[in-house]
Amino acid sequence: MAKHETPLLDQLESGPWPSFVSDLKQQAEVRAKNEANVEFQIPQDVVEDLIGVLELSYKHGRTHWKHGGIVGVFGYGGGVIGRYCDQPEQFPGVAHFHTMRVNQPSGKFYTAEYLRQLCDLWDFRGSGVTNMHGSTGDIIFLGTTTPQLEEIFYEMTHTYNQDLGGSGSNLRTPSDCIGSARCEYACYDTHALCYHLTQEYQDELHRPAFPYKFKFKFDGCPNCCVASIARADMSYIGTWRDDIPVDQEAVQAYIGGEIPPNGGAHSGRDWGPFDIQKEVIDLCPTDCMWMEDNKLMIDNKECNRCMHCINVMPRALRIGEDRGLSILVGAKAPILDGAQMGSMLVPFVKAEEPYDEIKEIIEGIWDWWMEEGKNRERLGELMKRQGFQKLLEATGLKPDPRMVSEPRSNPYIFWKEEEVEGGWTRDINEFRKHHQR
Amino acid sequence: MAFVSSGYNPDKPMENRISDIGPRKFDEFYPPVIAKNKGTWLYHEYIQPGVYYHTAKSGDKVFTVRVGGARLMSTTHIREICEIAEKHCDGYMRFTTRNNIEFLVDSEDKVKPLIEDLESRKFAGGSFKFPVGGTGAGITNIIHTQGWIHCHTPATDASGPVKATMDVLFDDFKDHRLPAHLRVSLACCLNMCGAVHCSDIAILGYHRKPPLLDHEYLDKMCEIPLAIAACPTAAIRPSKIEFEGQKVNSVAVKEDRCMFCGNCYTMCPSMPLADTEGDGIVIMAGGKVSNRISPPKFSKVVVAFIPNEAPRWPRTTATIKQIIEAYAKDANKYERLGEWAERIGWERFFEKCELEFTHHLIDDFRDPAYFTWRQTSQFKF
Repeated sequence: MAKHETPLLDQLESGPWPSFVSDLKQQAEVRAKNEANVEFQIPQDVVEDLIGVLELSYKHGRTHWKHGGIVGVFGYGGGVIGRYCDQPEQFPGVAHFHTMRVNQPSGKFYTAEYLRQLCDLWDFRGSGVTNMHGSTGDIIFLGTTTPQLEEIFYEMTHTYNQDLGGSGSNLRTPSDCIGSARCEYACYDTHALCYHLTQEYQDELHRPAFPYKFKFKFDGCPNCCVASIARADMSYIGTWRDDIPVDQEAVQAYIGGEIPPNGGAHSGRDWGPFDIQKEVIDLCPTDCMWMEDNKLMIDNKECNRCMHCINVMPRALRIGEDRGLSILVGAKAPILDGAQMGSMLVPFVKAEEPYDEIKEIIEGIWDWWMEEGKNRERLGELMKRQGFQKLLEATGLKPDPRMVSEPRSNPYIFWKEEEVEGGWTRDINEFRKHHQR
Repeated sequence: MAFVSSGYNPDKPMENRISDIGPRKFDEFYPPVIAKNKGTWLYHEYIQPGVYYHTAKSGDKVFTVRVGGARLMSTTHIREICEIAEKHCDGYMRFTTRNNIEFLVDSEDKVKPLIEDLESRKFAGGSFKFPVGGTGAGITNIIHTQGWIHCHTPATDASGPVKATMDVLFDDFKDHRLPAHLRVSLACCLNMCGAVHCSDIAILGYHRKPPLLDHEYLDKMCEIPLAIAACPTAAIRPSKIEFEGQKVNSVAVKEDRCMFCGNCYTMCPSMPLADTEGDGIVIMAGGKVSNRISPPKFSKVVVAFIPNEAPRWPRTTATIKQIIEAYAKDANKYERLGEWAERIGWERFFEKCELEFTHHLIDDFRDPAYFTWRQTSQFKF
């Protein structure tokens, strides 16, 4: 017999898609039976109360969670988000229900052994409810009490060699795509760079010293599977600067229908026979491809590496060999002043350990943002407020037409005195000798 | 339940403290076929929706079976994932950016038993635990935020509308019939922890009533200057209020300036916005993050408001389905939803999707607004 009636949530158990309600109910039951004899450190019926308070929200159309208080682990300013229920008498099991962010491994590969260890810890000291994963990328432990926070952290660091992720005004947990681990499009090792920078900037990740949040995301190619260009303050997108290698035999195999286009991604409909002119050449955004003597030709100098042709014919075309990444900066969601896409700052840099060139740019940007950024001002907003020129000054980068989609259409240039011959100091009397009042 | 110490000594928090160690290193968790062939993959191909293989230079292949799932996941469910990984995949698995689970095997003969096992597992309520799909020119899992399960600022739930929407879109999770892949995302308020603003279809929770003012507690619970500074439209000013015969420090809100962002509430718990009738869903469409063919795009607001209809949000899911069917019918191969809308023109988009165009959809928020108005004589009747 369930502790709370849930007629509304029960309606989310039917239908084909995996039901989180069914999952929560099975979890409540497992805890109630406790066949593993866990010495639960938070209320055994926590999941029942979680289902109960969610049902109440379904009834009211409003949340029943309060703001987080200041909770955390000693010496860190992030990684824990305080959460309290606004109906603690009715749902005592979730009166305190704090979140912990656990820094996920690059690429989100796991062994069963390791995930089970995390499950053991979380069943013992928390609700056993998680997010796999949170939006930023962390493993989210959803719901424990204040006294358990240090205990979990201690056990995690001592027994499992695992640290918390970021929250608050600090470097948020960096995240990446699957990269070269299993993708032929990856132009650099996203896992290696993500891991390296996460380790390098542990202090910035755990101890809030920034005006606001700061995100790193690593996409191996311009397909942008982790959406870095839309949501990372610094977005690292793999690219190359030499030619696309072409396997002409494979091109013919695509034309002849021996290999399905786009890896078979369009298999659910009859789109007719593959037409290289219509499906590849005509869709190229720079018109840099054509057929000549039955061969696919590419004017590589004109290619902007949009990936379309490579996506359509992965067995015939490959990313180039001279690989690296572009850095785009300032992306954010609409709050406050509207959404911003990342803007191109570094068109090309090699991604090779120890990544000094990349770190120099990061640190130049942080120095500027920490000096000039207002409270809760994201990097993209500071860029808008103070201008792209200030970003160039902060990073010491040279202006490049690749940084803009077009030059400015107003001439209101803020000339600096040193840029103007003779400077700005002039003698009005000298001027008046030739120009009467 | 007796307290069990981990070894942590609260009197000496720094004793034996380990910190700043970061995440576990990725290569601890690579399956052998990945460790061996990393960086040498040549190409990939889908065998069926949700199932694909990659071939490496060495000739090795890795077969991946992708399954959907709720990102809200219990340890019981994770333990089942572990059990499956041990049974079929030597104990390895991974998660995708969009909350799918991927089981990897190193030979084709292991694929069929794995799929059969995954598809046979159901929850007590009847839904699939591990539906195979979510690849290619179809619809993959919806990324989402916390919603009513754990957040203090949501204007809608997250897990519920996602479950309801994926039930309606389930056929396309298991198919490759669309012109291109289609990404649906949900953020339960416009803080957008889920960054839905560049999705083919975005489901966004939105408040429509200005904050309530809890004058009795406001000055005690909040830093008033922070609440004032948090408002992007400068709608909040300090104010002295007569409360039960006493003058208290509080704030006043110029309500017609409020954009309902909830930033004040984030800074000040005495300014709650949530409201049963006020809160609901905005539908946005046409965004993308990939640089393929055309540059990344923001999603545009195409339906200004749909009420929260718990538990299954029928009008929201029907509207989404309507947009997807119009797109599926009309768009060219490889064309993303936003590229289609731009090619046919947004006036045609509303016609084909049978959506009403209301004044709410014309931007009036600061500078970018002007650039969305039509500065040409070109349009379609």
